[in-house]
Amino acid sequence: MSRYESWGRYPRAQQRRVLPAFWRGDPPALDPADAPYLPYGLGRSYGDCCLNADGTLIDARPLSRFIAFDAQAGRLTCEAGVSLAEILNLIVPRGWFPPVTPGTKFITVGGAIANDVHGKNHHRAGTFGRYVRRFELLRSDGRRLLCSPDENAELYAATIGGLGLTGLILWAELELKPIPGPQIELEAVRCRSLAEFVDRSLESDASDEYTAGWIDGLSRGGRLGRGVLLRGNHARGDGRWRGVKPSPLRLPFDAPGFALNPLGVEAFNALYYRVQQRKERRALAGYGAFFYPLDVVHNWNRAYGRRGFLQWQCVVPHDDGARAASAILERLGATRRAWFVVGKVFGDLPSPGMLSFPRPGLTLAIDLPNDGPRVFEALDAVDRIVLEVGGALYPAKDARMAPATFRAGFPRWREFARQIDPAFSSSLWRRLTHDEAPA
Amino acid sequence: MKRVLIAGATSAIAHAAARRFAGEGATLMLAARDPDRLAANAADLCVLGAARVETFVIDFDETPRQAELLAAAEADFGGLDLILVAWGVLPDQAACEGSVALTLAAWQTNATATIAFLTRAAMLLERQRQGTLAVISSVAGDRGRRDNYVYGAAKAAIDAFLQGLRARLHGAGVRVITIKPGPTDTPMTAHRRKGPLFVSAERAGDLVYRAAIGSREVVYAPAWWRPIMLAIRLIPEGLMKRLNLSA
Repeated sequence: MSRYESWGRYPRAQQRRVLPAFWRGDPPALDPADAPYLPYGLGRSYGDCCLNADGTLIDARPLSRFIAFDAQAGRLTCEAGVSLAEILNLIVPRGWFPPVTPGTKFITVGGAIANDVHGKNHHRAGTFGRYVRRFELLRSDGRRLLCSPDENAELYAATIGGLGLTGLILWAELELKPIPGPQIELEAVRCRSLAEFVDRSLESDASDEYTAGWIDGLSRGGRLGRGVLLRGNHARGDGRWRGVKPSPLRLPFDAPGFALNPLGVEAFNALYYRVQQRKERRALAGYGAFFYPLDVVHNWNRAYGRRGFLQWQCVVPHDDGARAASAILERLGATRRAWFVVGKVFGDLPSPGMLSFPRPGLTLAIDLPNDGPRVFEALDAVDRIVLEVGGALYPAKDARMAPATFRAGFPRWREFARQIDPAFSSSLWRRLTHDEAPA
Repeated sequence: MKRVLIAGATSAIAHAAARRFAGEGATLMLAARDPDRLAANAADLCVLGAARVETFVIDFDETPRQAELLAAAEADFGGLDLILVAWGVLPDQAACEGSVALTLAAWQTNATATIAFLTRAAMLLERQRQGTLAVISSVAGDRGRRDNYVYGAAKAAIDAFLQGLRARLHGAGVRVITIKPGPTDTPMTAHRRKGPLFVSAERAGDLVYRAAIGSREVVYAPAWWRPIMLAIRLIPEGLMKRLNLSA
């Protein structure tokens, strides 16, 4: 069924069955004959962690009811198929915001937990999983387990970042954070190198709630790693920004609208950098433009054509002058395909999740069209750089890393594997563990 | 604010429409069989902003209970602005072909019980001299087809009944709206392969909401079904019996 693909549209998988979960009060019986099972939400993970070749996908999207919203305390309980977009529509007008949001609002709560997603405020807030107070998990034997830091704590920790492998999340209770209004005051800061990007990020982290940037993946030599750091805060409305009109500043993240055209991208990257004439630009933006610029173009992933694309996201520990990250950019830049690079300095707030990806260091997320072995060779090469410095790759983005790379980056994987539901699996999990019997 | 009664409120399309009414602060009475799902839907609508949500457990096949529902809604809310009729079953056509009991059971739910309810609802609205009666029918009622005529015939009966009601209630200032969704991705169609003409329950619910507050008498959801069904209605019976049209 073509509807159930991953965001990168690579690889492709043919699922044997799709089983919709309509009602949390009477969840589907998970017949062993149709195993393995894997929950599927809105299909925004890139590689094969949301695919289950020859298995059954449980479509969790119909689990889309709100259960309770405490507008005084900022607590929201909802079914696992509710999307972040639906949550934002509900809570933003009432002065609340998700404590952590990734770069798209078209994800489900279940998917946000399963991938323990992070955002531009990782240095302040950590990952999504930190704000999941509890959830109910359906196991294939029919048990329904309430999981929290105090109850079924191991399953709680395994399910946060657990890639959907521990069972089906039926509903979750989330903490929200208060905001003064729907707007973001933001600044764009030009950076001449990756090292400068890291320095400016770290310095901004002290003053700004959100920091992340766009890095020109095509510049080389002395200009390697140049880019624009965006930093922002929820607008206070205290007059500090009065007079700053919603400016013509184009957020770098809306680049792919036309930048996905290979002829346009090089020009765009050069132009964008130059457009930042002054060293710093300020603007007031709606939260949507700041957090979800790509959501304006539905199905932008299709711009890469039928062969799809790969997103590769690593985190590397801090080193002197961002050497490892520069080496990665240099190697990927040589393919002339790594147009679009997003960078962010992670903080050190721990996640409750066993298999959580974010950790202190610099993270780079890079889109590459799937145009053959050259791209795969380049990615293998940069994997080695990540391994050497003790970094990790993000499974939610992965379609091709080697099992050894995964295990090196996620040393708790065996402990995690013991919590997996015996009837659950995914294409990604089989790919990463096929050579070893788990647990 | 609007006072809305939804008969068959746990249907996926009806609930999606109810969410739109909740978002504008409506007062809602939800009626359906399963008390747990009713409670869950009511909680969802409260979170979304409904001013007030009441629930009423009812099996619409038990027609005397329908009178209690309408009386309760009228008493609780002091009248109704909209009655949305949304229950129905999609019978197993092949099984029905070999069973009078199954055929009549489907007919009971989709036609007889619905007509009973429409009769009572019409009396209430006529007495009020205002309000809207919106009924979810189906494109299946536009032409009897090989693979779902048991379902389609019941919907055709409803359509004709509503045409008459519309003419009767027009003078009383009551609007009657027939809504004809095409194939929709809901629990009712979970077992079917989804062709390109399927729409999501959210989309269908949104269209039902807009139809219920709009000015058209007969609404196809989505609108592209109007020309398609016009064409299908024009196919001569001699040819139609050889075609096996399915969505």
